[in-house]
Amino acid sequence: MAKKLMKGNEAIGEAAIKAGCKHFFGYPITPQNEIPEYMSRRMPQVDGGVFVQAESEVAAINMVYGAAGAGVRVMTSSSSPGISLKQEGISYIAGAELPCVIANIVRGGPGLGGIQPAQSDYFQATKGGGHGDFRLIVLAPATIQEMVDLVQDAFDLADIYRNPVMILGDGMLGQMMEPIEFKERPAVELPDKEWATTGMGQRQKPNVVNSLFLDPQKSEDHNLNLYNKYQKIEQQEVRFEEYNCEGAELILVAYGTTARIVKSVIEMGKKEGLKLGMIRPITLWPFPKAVFAKYVDSAKGFLSVEMSTGQMVEDVMLAVNGKKPVYFYGRTGGMIPTPEGILERVRQIIGGLK
Amino acid sequence: MAVLFKKPAALSSGTTHYCPGCTHGIIHRLIAEAIDELDIQGRVVGIAPVGCSVLAYNYFNCDMQQASHGRAPAVATGVKRARPDTIVFSYQGDGDLASIGTAEIIHAAARAENITVIFVNNAIYGMTGGQMAPTTLPEQKTTTSPYGRNIATAGYPLRVSEMLATMDGPAYIVRTSVHDIKEINKTKKAILKGFKYQVEGKGFSMIEVLSTCPTNWGIAPVPALQWLKDNLLPYYPLGVYKDTGEDK
Repeated sequence: MAKKLMKGNEAIGEAAIKAGCKHFFGYPITPQNEIPEYMSRRMPQVDGGVFVQAESEVAAINMVYGAAGAGVRVMTSSSSPGISLKQEGISYIAGAELPCVIANIVRGGPGLGGIQPAQSDYFQATKGGGHGDFRLIVLAPATIQEMVDLVQDAFDLADIYRNPVMILGDGMLGQMMEPIEFKERPAVELPDKEWATTGMGQRQKPNVVNSLFLDPQKSEDHNLNLYNKYQKIEQQEVRFEEYNCEGAELILVAYGTTARIVKSVIEMGKKEGLKLGMIRPITLWPFPKAVFAKYVDSAKGFLSVEMSTGQMVEDVMLAVNGKKPVYFYGRTGGMIPTPEGILERVRQIIGGLK
Repeated sequence: MAVLFKKPAALSSGTTHYCPGCTHGIIHRLIAEAIDELDIQGRVVGIAPVGCSVLAYNYFNCDMQQASHGRAPAVATGVKRARPDTIVFSYQGDGDLASIGTAEIIHAAARAENITVIFVNNAIYGMTGGQMAPTTLPEQKTTTSPYGRNIATAGYPLRVSEMLATMDGPAYIVRTSVHDIKEINKTKKAILKGFKYQVEGKGFSMIEVLSTCPTNWGIAPVPALQWLKDNLLPYYPLGVYKDTGEDK
């Protein structure tokens, strides 16, 4: 298929439709408005396509709950403050083990924050966000092409694990345009949704979509089932990119937009004789812990670079487990780190390491 | 031998957790009878709320989803839009529908979602132990209005049927009661009509049912029925507030 130039947000919408998502429930918030706008244009052209502009993010995520519970592929999108509003619903969706995809085109916070790109929702996305002991599968694309591929993967992962999947982008990825291609995808074997509430039909036993377990033993059993599922996801679904890590003195850790800037820093560093590498987590949860063990002996340290005041750096520390120093560099509130700024921090660290 | 009375097929076996004298059981039965009479059990998806009827998914013999507090109309919207052939009803109390869920009920009605809402109004929060509801009457004592609902600080009760009836979206808005046989029969007819309208694609209907909460009102079951009649009926008049279905 020929490549076409698409804006990140619109590419998310089209990728979802290509993945067989015919149901979208959204609410406007900058910088992700092009997703609901695109869906409102495209869904009427899709056989059985449904677009509803909900009265709030809260309603939108609960419409997702209903539709996911009825067994269809369904998606919603929002940006940081709106994702906060959806958290109760996301917790219910995780608790009831419903598959769905949620795109978060992150903007600066806290509060109303700003509308410029940020990565300050890492904690919220990877550490639960809503109440209770649950995990989202969190996918962090760095290019629009990767976003398109991951959105399509997201629906499969959601169905396979009966778990909500979050696409964690940022305002930059949502707003920029890049050439993309919707690739032919191998058929994935997916489990039947025999649990869905479709009306009993000929079925003898009602299906119930529920996250309430009043008996504490049953509640613990349910939580342990979820835990076992999360363990399986951690074993099977970790994705990352390693770049130039062999022989690297300092390994930078970055995801999404920031990882692209870090690649420039690595090239700039080469000219100064700096041996830099990068680990780019693609799944933020499950976090790619194991790859750190591979380089923890050869590298002198790790530097987490983020558009926040330091969130992923905590997972880097856990992965490095005290064996080497872990540093942090970040810009936040909608400011984007410059290659020069990062390189200055790199020089400082390497100077100190020598 | 002729069977004169039996459990509706759309009601599951077993006992409920409802308090003695609570009228949820009657309303559950009326819904199940309506489902049986329209022969739609295999198509129904019910939405249970948060509140006393949170466990309704155990009591109906049909597919059910349990929704977060107040969001049942949004969940119902998701189900209905995903599966237009299903018959979707939400079952909500006054705390769920008239307090935390006001946005969802109003906008589901505005969108004319083709769903049936059963709104059980007993003017109090039951499950949490008798706190003031948006529908609690002026001067009514609850655990969070121990001196009686003070209008000056707690504001006025909400009349949801009257509000929704002003909107263009709904097809059928009615308030009924279950305090005596005659009103129970009327309630049954209203619920049947609400489901029938959905089957016929006529759009959004809400049946508000006044009910009792003997436990949290602190009134024995039979006098509670009289209390409903004496106190709730004057504030919440029964009747059809909107019915566009007949002439469509």
